[in-house]
Amino acid sequence: MTKDEVRQIVLNIIGVVAPDEDLSDLKGDVRLRDQLEMDSMDFLDIVMELRKRHKIEVPKEDYPNLATLDGCVEYLLPRFRESKVAV
Amino acid sequence: MCGTAGSVPFLLREDPGRGRTMNYDVIIIGAGMSGLAAGIRLAHFGKRVCIFERHYAYGGLNSYYRLGGREFDVGLHALTNFVPPGRRGAPLNKLLRQLRIEREEFDLREQLGSEIRFPSRGLRFSNDVELLISEVQREFPDQGDRFLRLIETVKAHDDATLAPTPVSGRRVLAEHLSDPVLIDMLLCPLMFYGCPDEDDIDFTHLVTLFKSLYLEGFARPREGVRRIIKTLVRRYRGAGGELRMRCGVRRLHVSGGGVQGVELDCGEVVRAPLVFSCAGYPETMRMCRTASGGGGEPLPYGRGSDGRGPEGGGDASERFLTDADRLAGRLSFIESICVLDRKPADLGYDRTITFFSTIDRFEYRVPEGLIDPRSGVICCPNNYADHEHLPEGVLRFTSLANYDCWKALRPGEPEGDAPPAYAAAKSAAHAEAVGYALRYLPDFRPHVVFTDTFTPLTIARFTGHARGAVYGSPHKCRDGRTPVENLFIIGTDQGYLGIIGALLSGITMANLHGLGENNRKA
Repeated sequence: MTKDEVRQIVLNIIGVVAPDEDLSDLKGDVRLRDQLEMDSMDFLDIVMELRKRHKIEVPKEDYPNLATLDGCVEYLLPRFRESKVAV
Repeated sequence: MCGTAGSVPFLLREDPGRGRTMNYDVIIIGAGMSGLAAGIRLAHFGKRVCIFERHYAYGGLNSYYRLGGREFDVGLHALTNFVPPGRRGAPLNKLLRQLRIEREEFDLREQLGSEIRFPSRGLRFSNDVELLISEVQREFPDQGDRFLRLIETVKAHDDATLAPTPVSGRRVLAEHLSDPVLIDMLLCPLMFYGCPDEDDIDFTHLVTLFKSLYLEGFARPREGVRRIIKTLVRRYRGAGGELRMRCGVRRLHVSGGGVQGVELDCGEVVRAPLVFSCAGYPETMRMCRTASGGGGEPLPYGRGSDGRGPEGGGDASERFLTDADRLAGRLSFIESICVLDRKPADLGYDRTITFFSTIDRFEYRVPEGLIDPRSGVICCPNNYADHEHLPEGVLRFTSLANYDCWKALRPGEPEGDAPPAYAAAKSAAHAEAVGYALRYLPDFRPHVVFTDTFTPLTIARFTGHARGAVYGSPHKCRDGRTPVENLFIIGTDQGYLGIIGALLSGITMANLHGLGENNRKA
């Protein structure tokens, strides 16, 4: 699992949760909330899609790590690698 | 898994004659809009869900039926809350995302324009609030700035809150506007489209309606409400949800303060550790009470029990349970649908909806007689953009009606042919309602080819809402909680309004009580 792959997974999920958003110019270091029309319901859905599709659990206290795209990749990469090992 | 097999042995005792016992993670009572929306969310995220619907049609208060070779919508005049794509935080856009449904699937078209008519006054409005603002300035020149301040107050009020403070809507309106006729004119559409109380409306409720009617707007799916229902059912089944039609729930099994499962009309018992009901609050609580033989444990109400009421107090929960009947809403309507041999526009009527009161002080209360024809709603499904495909002209007329008076004409179960007195009263009421409405539209009567009228009894029969109370109980469970643990109310009696409100209700409650931290699978 590479950073780019995790990034693509997150982008795919955002595309499902907010299909009406343009993701082509998304900046990695700017809060997603500031670039996209997303509210807390949408963020919760990102977490739930991660669990549904990839069996990755994100505890509530870790939600702030998902504020930016770069943050998502950094936080999720080790978890994806762990889950691969587990399988 | 979330299943609680082993913890509910009493159910097996109570169901000796049935071989089949199903288990689900979640049971939903009613395939209304809110039930379908909750079902989609829960099934999408892996819950085993089953919806039980007593009727043969989906949609609950917003359904459709066939009669005389034509298809009619039951309740729909308009889908309120219409906003264009991309408007931040708007309920319509929120729920499309949450249900993973694309906007095109609802195939919505905007209204052409509506109006509020009072004696010698008129206000037009559309999906652009600027029209209403300019109309208020024209008709009530000294109220223009006050109306703008009211709009700001409405926009600033959080009507999605799950714990609103009850405030009189009339009082807040009077703090902003000084002309009582303008207040009544603004209230007329809001009350007709969603107020369960007489005369006054809770301010948070008013804000929801004000936003959905005046700041957002009206639209209609080109095929009518069936388009929305079919989209939801397809989405629900696609997500793995089960749907059992003609399969009503007659009783809820409550034990140890929580709901353990449901008993169907056929006697079958189905277990689940979580139940959502869109059958209405008093109607749902009644299902907890009525033992169909075999007893069952008493309900967990009263001080010192482990039942938590909606307000957290033992006293409150006791009151809500014992007063379940009294809490039933009282406001109901009579509605006639007239099919014409030409389009209303060809007769000169181009409004989408006309809300009217023929008296200056609008009265929104249960009439003393069968109906109160002095105020009402005229709706024309043809008068939406891009609706030329509708083969015939249609007009709908709605007036306030009294359930008890209608019931007296048709006591007992409404099976078989209606008694002549009831049928005669229906046509007389229709004629009376139309008589008043004719002040606001050309005489269409020579062009009528078909008429169907429904009364409060029809509503009660097909929706299961006691007394035909379309807008449910005045007591709303905003956080969905009931005195019974793991039993939650969704839909009309949770407190959001209209089709969009019902969908959002199902989504919000499913998120909160079905997909929240406490309900995660281990």
